[in-house]
Amino acid sequence: MTLLAQGEAPVVEGALVQIIKAIVIFAVVLQVVPLILLFERKLLGRFQQRYGPNRVGPFGLLQPLADVLKLLSKEASTPATAVPWMMAIAPAISIVCAVATLAIIPFGPQGAWGGDLGLYGIDVPIGLLYFFAFGSLSFYALMLGGWASGSKYSFLGSMRSAAQLISYEVAIGLSLLGVAMTAGSLSFVDIVEAQGSSGRGIWFVVPQFVGFLIFLVAGFAETARAPFDLPEGDAEIVGGYNTEFGGMRFGSYFMAEYIEMIIISGVATACFLGGWHGPGPEALAPLWVILKMFAFLVLFIWVRATLPRLRYDQLMSFGWKILLPLATLNVLVTAIVLVAF
Amino acid sequence: MSYSPSDDIIAVQRGPEPGGLGGAYRAFGATLRGLRTTLGRLAEKPTTIEYPEEKTPVYPRFRGRHKLQTFEDSGLEKCVGCSLCVAACPAECIRVVAAENTPENQVSAGERYAAVYEINMSRCIFCGYCEIACPFDAITMGNDFELADYERSDLIFTKEMLLADSIERTPLRREGE
Repeated sequence: MTLLAQGEAPVVEGALVQIIKAIVIFAVVLQVVPLILLFERKLLGRFQQRYGPNRVGPFGLLQPLADVLKLLSKEASTPATAVPWMMAIAPAISIVCAVATLAIIPFGPQGAWGGDLGLYGIDVPIGLLYFFAFGSLSFYALMLGGWASGSKYSFLGSMRSAAQLISYEVAIGLSLLGVAMTAGSLSFVDIVEAQGSSGRGIWFVVPQFVGFLIFLVAGFAETARAPFDLPEGDAEIVGGYNTEFGGMRFGSYFMAEYIEMIIISGVATACFLGGWHGPGPEALAPLWVILKMFAFLVLFIWVRATLPRLRYDQLMSFGWKILLPLATLNVLVTAIVLVAF
Repeated sequence: MSYSPSDDIIAVQRGPEPGGLGGAYRAFGATLRGLRTTLGRLAEKPTTIEYPEEKTPVYPRFRGRHKLQTFEDSGLEKCVGCSLCVAACPAECIRVVAAENTPENQVSAGERYAAVYEINMSRCIFCGYCEIACPFDAITMGNDFELADYERSDLIFTKEMLLADSIERTPLRREGE
């Protein structure tokens, strides 16, 4: 376990390896997003006893391609009351923050594929803080986008998003605090190691079950997924903060939302489900991570197919009156147990 | 019997108060039940009828595209050009111009025949009044409903089109199905 107090720096690979890893992660995830989109629509269809998209290409496999082509061919219009340069950078902030967080999702330990290659973008010793920092930065994108649109619906939508994200950021932070205390580190690699045979030898979902549930619920809210998809409550506020965005600007918001879903799945996998630990040789590590993340994605879609959208006051009172006290209690109990035993 | 205001009071079964820890607990249980319900749907076959490839059979009483009838033995048209269908039509979409039958040109079984018989399908509301009004059962409603076209003028069905059978047959439900 890395002890930060002693200033021990984690092993860092050469610059070239870093760049190649960054490109691979970026390219793979951006290719995976349309596939997740298709998978979601297909699975959602099955949950609702219909087929989902099946017209474009065999089994509708070319549907994401058609969607992207449609978005690319759309005009990126700007309302007369908008602030054009802010409208241009807001979606960029959103996607940069989402992609930057991907760097810390661990897919395997160092040396799983030979050498001292770590199967993660970078092992920052403050991994959890990094995750929260970029999570918090990303709602500047929503706020800026909604405000710069110069439209009342967008503004209302961005206010909703901001209030929701701030409320649930607290709960998600406290739920991961329990994990950080149990693992004794903020680094995702160390947290995963702590769940293996060299550490405590148990997935944190067992000792931190309450924390896991809180993280899941708050994670749904953080990604603005059903049943917490109020920012895009189309019935009341048209489409939320992204109402006035067209073309690939809307596309980047949309993509960032799905990358955030992948990130939440990745963080949940690393912090609660033992990350790359699983049967078989160590070289299979990324497979286990991807399988576990996939399970989370299915859960996301499953919940979306099940639950109706919450009312705004229900969302707020749930976040502040139930989730936050519960998360605080969880941290307290964890602290007491860790000190006492 | 005298009236007492308490007779109007109806006892209502109320659920537990929402909110609080109890409410959260019940919501959690309800969520799990909901998740089980949707998972059950996943195991079932989709109920989608993939329309252009599969079609729902229509009932025999379904009122679709009109058809002008002819006598099976002689091949003469049943329509005598009386224009009763024109009078009955609430959408005013039928146009009939009658002409006299001559021994050289015997078109219908009566004295006169319809030289022009047009139905404007973009106006027709498929009420079937023309069918009821017709004294000779010359105009009947068929079962075809796929009448879409690219031009409005193509939707004015002429006598030749109404006399001809439809190209594609709409699947028909049998009695009692």
